[in-house]
Amino acid sequence: MKTHTIHYGVVKDEDHIIDEALVMIMRGPRTYTAEDTVEIDCHGGPAAMKQVLKAVLSHGARPADPGEFTKRAFLNGRIDLSEAEAVMDVIDARNDYALKSAVKVLRGSVKRDISEIRDMILSHLARIEASLDDPEHLGLEEDFDEEDTYVEDYLEPEKMLADTYRSVLGGDIDAAIRKIDRMTENYDNGRLLKEGIRTVILGKPNAGKSSLLNCLSGEERAIVTDIAGTTRDILEETVNMGGLTLILTDTAGIRDTDEVVERIGVERAKKAAEEADLILFVADSSRPFDENDEAILTEIKDRKAIALLNKSDLEAVVTPADIRKYAEMPVITISAKNESGFEELQNSIKHLFDTGALSYNEESFIANERQRQALVEAKASLLQVKQSLDLRLPEDFYAIDLTDAYSALGTILGEEVGEDVINEIFSRFCMGK
Amino acid sequence: MSEYIPIKEYYDVVIVGAGHAGCEAALACARMGMETVVFTVSVDSIALMPCNPNIGGSSKGHLVREIDAIGGEMGKVIDKTFIQSKMLNKSKGPAVHSLRAQADKADYSRLMRQRLEAQEHLTIVQQEASEIMTEDGHVTGVRTVSGAYYYAKAVVLCTGVYLKARCIYGEVSQYTGPNGLMAANHLSQSLTDLGIRLTRFKTGTPARIDGRTIDFSKMQIQEGDKTVVPFSFSTDPADVQIDQVPCYLTYTNENTHKIIRDNIDRSPLYAGVIKSTGPRYCPSIEDKVMRFAEKDKHQVFIEPEGLYTNEMYIDGMSSSMPEDVQHAMYRSVAGLENARIVRNAYAIEYDCLAYGQLKSSLEVKAVKGLFSAGQFNGSSGYEEAAAQGLIAGINAAREIQGKAPIILDRSESYIGVLIDDLVTKENLEPYRMMTSRSEYRLLLRQDNADLRLRRYGYEAGLISENEYAALLSMEQAIADEIARVSAINIGGNEKVQHFLEEYGSSRLNSGVSLKDLICRPELDYEKTAAIDPDRPELSARVREQVNIEIKYAGYIERQKKQVEQFRKLEKKVIPDDIDYDDVKSLRLEARQKLKEFRPGSIGQASRLSGVTPADVTMILVYLEKYYVNHKA
Repeated sequence: MKTHTIHYGVVKDEDHIIDEALVMIMRGPRTYTAEDTVEIDCHGGPAAMKQVLKAVLSHGARPADPGEFTKRAFLNGRIDLSEAEAVMDVIDARNDYALKSAVKVLRGSVKRDISEIRDMILSHLARIEASLDDPEHLGLEEDFDEEDTYVEDYLEPEKMLADTYRSVLGGDIDAAIRKIDRMTENYDNGRLLKEGIRTVILGKPNAGKSSLLNCLSGEERAIVTDIAGTTRDILEETVNMGGLTLILTDTAGIRDTDEVVERIGVERAKKAAEEADLILFVADSSRPFDENDEAILTEIKDRKAIALLNKSDLEAVVTPADIRKYAEMPVITISAKNESGFEELQNSIKHLFDTGALSYNEESFIANERQRQALVEAKASLLQVKQSLDLRLPEDFYAIDLTDAYSALGTILGEEVGEDVINEIFSRFCMGK
Repeated sequence: MSEYIPIKEYYDVVIVGAGHAGCEAALACARMGMETVVFTVSVDSIALMPCNPNIGGSSKGHLVREIDAIGGEMGKVIDKTFIQSKMLNKSKGPAVHSLRAQADKADYSRLMRQRLEAQEHLTIVQQEASEIMTEDGHVTGVRTVSGAYYYAKAVVLCTGVYLKARCIYGEVSQYTGPNGLMAANHLSQSLTDLGIRLTRFKTGTPARIDGRTIDFSKMQIQEGDKTVVPFSFSTDPADVQIDQVPCYLTYTNENTHKIIRDNIDRSPLYAGVIKSTGPRYCPSIEDKVMRFAEKDKHQVFIEPEGLYTNEMYIDGMSSSMPEDVQHAMYRSVAGLENARIVRNAYAIEYDCLAYGQLKSSLEVKAVKGLFSAGQFNGSSGYEEAAAQGLIAGINAAREIQGKAPIILDRSESYIGVLIDDLVTKENLEPYRMMTSRSEYRLLLRQDNADLRLRRYGYEAGLISENEYAALLSMEQAIADEIARVSAINIGGNEKVQHFLEEYGSSRLNSGVSLKDLICRPELDYEKTAAIDPDRPELSARVREQVNIEIKYAGYIERQKKQVEQFRKLEKKVIPDDIDYDDVKSLRLEARQKLKEFRPGSIGQASRLSGVTPADVTMILVYLEKYYVNHKA
């Protein structure tokens, strides 16, 4: 049969006809995996589909492992490693934001950023190696020798004072480390986006935390009563707010308690708050502020948090000013009971994550743990170079760790060091006699 | 008319060529007990230095040390024939210190020839090899242009630049080897007939100038080191403290560059007369001027060719420009205004082995028992040639002995880097050793070459029992001393604090090990002798090793980790009979490269250009299956 053709027919198991189907034949390498591929387009509902699948499996096929098609595409050289990982993230993406970032990786913005750092390292490696291989033309000299001419620009094919060079290299490394830090930070943010923003609802007992969770999730999940301390388990709920995924955690209220069951809940709540990306502090605006509210606010004053003054349907005795006495954070008046104030909350969260300290929309970020690890390694090597610079060790020591950083960054792009340095030396420096 | 009766001679090994590769190969084979014959186009050209008068230099000095560690001759001969010596990169880390000596060319050649002549089992024959004889894919000997048959179990090709050599400057083109020596015009055809692919490389040399016509007062004088360090581990340092001869430094200028630019259309290189590839690291002066147009001057070193002559080598100005342009451009340089040229600069083209046809043992893949070394393998440089000659000679002899070849890897020697690069890289220009080619150079220092490699020489039979025992005891002394200073605790007493202040080192608040103090940047092993009353008397070499091992321990550790990673891939052997068509999903380019080079290990495969990490993964997956099937 010809490749890239569609055929109509029936799917039979033994003599038994299961379904009508369209079958697409695609021969490698012009397929997603670069291997021969057959797609069966069923006609019927889930039951027929299941039967077709069963029939295929009983004849020797096996279900693909998660991500297996992409892995094959990668192994077959159809896509490079960072592309493969980005494809996996498209598949895994839970929301619009994550999808956007995954697509950006595919377009190679990670590649561009990392390539920039690698190019910087490469040009330094070439400079250092040239000076070692041809010291009489290109040496980095510790002392000033009157007979020789020296240059300030390390890209010039001339002799240079070692101290001048050290300061140039030190500056470039600082800049690279800043870039790497930003990428890893953005990665942590990127992770937020992919997995959802871990959000903890905190507040003293019976401030309306569970009602808030129920409002946000639209389901009666938490037990809502008027008795303080009824929520003892931590409840989790994934909520979509204006394109952002929140993983909401409701906790038992924080207050000093002797009751064992409740204390466990309290401790877990404190821990959850520590790990949270966002804290929603709920206060009952109809009851006066007490030491429990103060304790919570003190605990979270340096965290990303939004204060919600609940029960706006009742007469308010707590005002936004009361909260701002303890901590700088947005304050929103809501009523979980009347479901009012939620649009403001949504805007506030979006505002915090869209335009606040996190500017991920414009930044590229790495996509997974492997890439993060490589960045961590590269940074460690660059810090090692800094240390060698501080000790004023000769330049051949910088080369060792620069090479490590270069190849660590190369693994993100699926590239290796190879002949790069040699070619760079020859293209830039007039070597030899 | 008398009948022609070809002679028939029987040897174990035939070495074709007696340059730097051929000499080492011949000596190694003969010393390993092989009846060896070495052919040279002229006995007077044994160990000739037709280009620069230096041995060593950055990374090349390492090669000479390594050759010596394994039992080669180059280091010993230059120690007796140098006229100036310098340790390069002395202000840098110990890994890049590199020795370079100016040789007396005539002395060097003569002494090496004497070493060959004095060698038992070794015969020198002035003859041109014209044909490699084979039977069933195995070499059986060499025929000479005279028709003689030299039967042998192994042949080592060390043909240098002589195969179909052509020397060119300007419109002058002569089919000769260097210095007008006879070219070897027959062997190329025989090799091609054996299915060996040849390519054509180019290199060049500058003019030699009559020293009496040079005004040295316009140049900077360049003296040798006050204390000379010998190349050979067996040379007594006291024997190399000689009166040295200076070199001189001058520069080209705008006028020089203008002369070259104005005549560039007459350069055979730029006019397309020379089509073969020249090296990037050793460009001709016209190349430098054209490629680095922004530079207003280039360094020119004036180096004596020897004590026997007033000819001076004009280092930095190799060229193939026409004679009149050469005269004008050399005379435009400060100090050379009245220079008389004794020998013109010229470029030389020659046949050599195209890439992808060598095994790591330096055996040519196409013919069993046929080894090759030096410029024939696409390298350049005396030291690169000698290193390969030694290894090719050892492995030719070992093949006859029925022993596995000695293969040095990249993590233990520059020689390993050199050979691995020649084996795995698509060399499109003559290959030169550079420190930057070595990944693990902190471990591959010139100071520890014997500690790294002597055991290979011992295994081959080129290093005596006594020499090897001396090495082992030195190794032990180093380990003992490192252990001793690690165990010594230094307290903050008056004497110690005073000592620290003297060197601007911070005072001690609590006890530390002596080793920790040695690690401080402002201190070292020698300095701390003042606070180490029980220090044993140790040789300078042991003290040096102890100091380096302790001071750079952190870096050395990191490199050792890199080596572990490297070895993992190196150890994954790819079987000889692997069928790359059977390996699924290799990219087309990778498949071609793998078929072309047939790497011996995953490590080698990963170093082939055009083979990506994804391709390597596919081979690994395939090998998993392969080994499962081959166990069953």
